[in-house]
Amino acid sequence: MKPTTWVLLAVLAAPAAHAVEYRTVLPAQSSIRFEFRQMGVPVKGGFKRFATEMAFDPAKPEAARAKIEIDLASIDAGSSEADEESAGKLWFNRSAYPKATFVSSQVRALGNNRYEMRGTLTLKGRSREMVVPVSYMPGKNAATFDGGFVLKRLDFGIGEGLWADVATVANEVQVRFRIAATGN
Amino acid sequence: MSAVMRYSTPAVVLHWLMALLIFAGFPLGIYMVDLPLSPDKLKLYSYHKWIGVSVFALVAVRLAWRLTYTPPPLPEGMAAWQRRASAIVHGLLYVLMIAIPLSGWLMSSAKGFQTVWFGVLPLPDLIGKDKALGELLAEVHKLLNFTLLALVILHVAAALKHHFIERQPFLQRMGWGRKERT
Repeated sequence: MKPTTWVLLAVLAAPAAHAVEYRTVLPAQSSIRFEFRQMGVPVKGGFKRFATEMAFDPAKPEAARAKIEIDLASIDAGSSEADEESAGKLWFNRSAYPKATFVSSQVRALGNNRYEMRGTLTLKGRSREMVVPVSYMPGKNAATFDGGFVLKRLDFGIGEGLWADVATVANEVQVRFRIAATGN
Repeated sequence: MSAVMRYSTPAVVLHWLMALLIFAGFPLGIYMVDLPLSPDKLKLYSYHKWIGVSVFALVAVRLAWRLTYTPPPLPEGMAAWQRRASAIVHGLLYVLMIAIPLSGWLMSSAKGFQTVWFGVLPLPDLIGKDKALGELLAEVHKLLNFTLLALVILHVAAALKHHFIERQPFLQRMGWGRKERT
């Protein structure tokens, strides 16, 4: 190849490499998992259905935004008995509050592809400000965004009444998510 | 007659300690399974599992002891079939004291709940979460337990029969009395 061809290729490639903005979420490669302790026993669960809208340009992270809407009926709470129980008034009160939402308000770059995302989590009609660390991993076909935070279930009235006893079901719920997105 | 008619003290202690655990764990298991989900149910399940793991740990100690110490001989006049039956029942009781906690531990893993002894010491999950296998193991656990119940009834009935009907000092074998009896 002649040097001019190289220059041409570089010019063509450059805008694409810099202007990539991840907007298309790949649900099959994305997940929301959680883990909590019940009588000292770690119990794993997750949500199978959630809709994510996002925009992230590594060149302009402060302009990034994300909105996640979780269908609470898609819960796996560790057992079918717990799945059913979680729908009730003492837990998610799912007939009144079928969804949980997270809406980002601010993204700050921490360096090394790590970011801090602030936003509001609304669950069971209660909204709380959350600070969520997210790491960005560019990939060949899709980028992945991994993050996690500890949610205190009682802040949202999840598990009220007799279930408020944190010695049986811990207050802390470790939430972990992975969002895969492409720039197409 | 001044033969040693009593099991060694550690054997007696282990026998009664395990009897106590089994007599607590068995009805607890029957009671807890049909409860609606509640914090109490979660607690009872944990207590049941802690009891089971304790039995499992103690039976290892007991087996080791049993293999090193010969139990006191059975009364001389005892029929051969009774001696054989006694050996078989005792053997099966040992098998069940191992198999029942083991089936419970595996069941718990298959149902997706790790067993954590006293909420502190986690036992490894030897098998992964598998709903069908969990249900199968629940049936196995139940079947083994009712087999144990039948054998325990037989075991107690035989001891009482020898003691009260045949007037042999049978209960002393597992008692706290002096070792030498005349």
